[in-house]
Amino acid sequence: MSGGIWDQIFNYDDYGQVLALVANSIVAAAVLGVVGGLISTFVLMRDLAFAVHGIAELSFAGAAAALLLGVNVVAGSLAGSVLAAAVIGVLGVRARDRNSAIGVLMPFGLGLGVLFLSLYKGRAANKFGLLTGQIVAVDTPQTAWLIGVSVVVLLVLAVVWRPLTFASLDPDVAAARGVPVRALSPVFTLVLGLAVATTIQIVGALLVLALVVTPAAAATRVTASPRLIPLLSVVFAVVSVVGGILIAVGGGIPISPYVTTIAFVIYLACRAVGAVRARNGWARRPPAVVAG
Amino acid sequence: MTRVSPREAPRAFRGADGASVIERTNVEVPEAASGTPVVLSLTDAELRRGERVLWSGLDLELRRGEFVAVLGPNGSGKTSLLHAVLGRLPLSAGSLLIDGRPPRRGSRLIGYIPQRRAVAPHVPLRARDLVRLGVDGHRWGPPLGGRGPRRRIDELLTEVGAHAYADVPLGLLSGGEQQRVRIAQALVTDPAILLCDEPLLSLDPHHQNAIVDLLDRRRRAHGTAVLFVTHELNPVLPLADRVLYLAGGRFRVGTPDEVMTSAVLSELYGGRVEVIRADGRYLVAGAPVPYHPDPAGGVRS
Repeated sequence: MSGGIWDQIFNYDDYGQVLALVANSIVAAAVLGVVGGLISTFVLMRDLAFAVHGIAELSFAGAAAALLLGVNVVAGSLAGSVLAAAVIGVLGVRARDRNSAIGVLMPFGLGLGVLFLSLYKGRAANKFGLLTGQIVAVDTPQTAWLIGVSVVVLLVLAVVWRPLTFASLDPDVAAARGVPVRALSPVFTLVLGLAVATTIQIVGALLVLALVVTPAAAATRVTASPRLIPLLSVVFAVVSVVGGILIAVGGGIPISPYVTTIAFVIYLACRAVGAVRARNGWARRPPAVVAG
Repeated sequence: MTRVSPREAPRAFRGADGASVIERTNVEVPEAASGTPVVLSLTDAELRRGERVLWSGLDLELRRGEFVAVLGPNGSGKTSLLHAVLGRLPLSAGSLLIDGRPPRRGSRLIGYIPQRRAVAPHVPLRARDLVRLGVDGHRWGPPLGGRGPRRRIDELLTEVGAHAYADVPLGLLSGGEQQRVRIAQALVTDPAILLCDEPLLSLDPHHQNAIVDLLDRRRRAHGTAVLFVTHELNPVLPLADRVLYLAGGRFRVGTPDEVMTSAVLSELYGGRVEVIRADGRYLVAGAPVPYHPDPAGGVRS
């Protein structure tokens, strides 16, 4: 392996100056990490990992269309996401129908995106960035968009947190206790769409799962506490995305390989810890040994 | 043919987890006398799903502390009856009153134990979290702390003998343990009526008896009326005050001895059904399967 490749992957000449240039991106990334970490706990509870992928591809198509038309890329991405969320909501109320609906939707979205990108005559980096993530694309007005949408997502999550948890984990009793189980489903899909659309701006459409699924998947390996899971999940997501940016600014390649690698390493570590914990018995159960 | 399990005589026994000793004591059984308040009343009630009449002309009064077993073949409308009481399915005719009022969703008067679903091992939910969902899971806003719910949850888990595994993820608990936690969850509002949908499903006879005993103790101690849907006759019939047997749009209400006879069940099923009683156990043989409901329905037997 030549030194040239390593220079592309890790290069910390003038690191301080480069860092100053991406300060906005880091703020945006941290906010997205919080959103991704929280939303991923519900993605896991509701078994929606595949839906995330489907929404991401249509969101990509929306962003590509926006790029081609010369309008706000975040807005295009949001439009694609919301459309995908609505279609998934309408076509797939039941889990089984949902997966096939998403499987049908996903390649169509990706195909549309490729069409729009092929027609686009601008900078190649813009095209590639939509799929694999980028830092440079996050300029100040876009950062404001990302943070604004993220705040909306966080507010909605805060309001529906408990009923959504109830409806996701225990739908029969939730319905009996008066939780609007059916109405919460499209609400969550919509919020998920918003979260995915914003996350795509940094990690790209192909790798959204690293921020919207992996963090909670890792957290549930080490704990079952409904307080600790979102907390750990947020920490994992923020570490992945901010850490990814901090390493990526030195090299010449997109940010997503760094983000996904950190997320994956965290997941592996959590699996290992979880395996040890499971072997020792998850929680102590009496008849417990009386402490001497 | 209905599965038969050995009947446990009233005596003390220890759960498989070794955590709880259940003893059926000779507390006075609340007589279903006219003096006991009625908590649930169905009058000339009919329920349709599409074209099909599940049951009609149903009259049933459930009194405080009463244990009514709801029996019948699949598709006879047992679960739908529970959904009607929960306010999730409107009656197509007749009236249903809970404590004198029409049913509504989320009523604190009703505790509900749904049919068991498989719980994946990594579902982020411990035993105490499931009970917690029953306490404030329906409220809007973020989950904020508070010692109050925690103490209440500990009390409930202790009452059902599940405190030993309060912090164990639900997916790692056995079927019997999960049912105890479900009962604790259903009791959070101190309901007047407990609706149980097949709570004995896929439990071994020992755990079936433990669950039934737990519910029996609860209704004796707190006067909670129990509407208990089941296919398992023998753990339930010894302590059921009455039986509601649904079949083919027809029904029969009465004490176990009145309903569980060859004559009554043959009439309900519209075919020859043999009820064999041996040593206090019931065996139902020859119930027609698959079962074709009578489209006219509603014949009162």
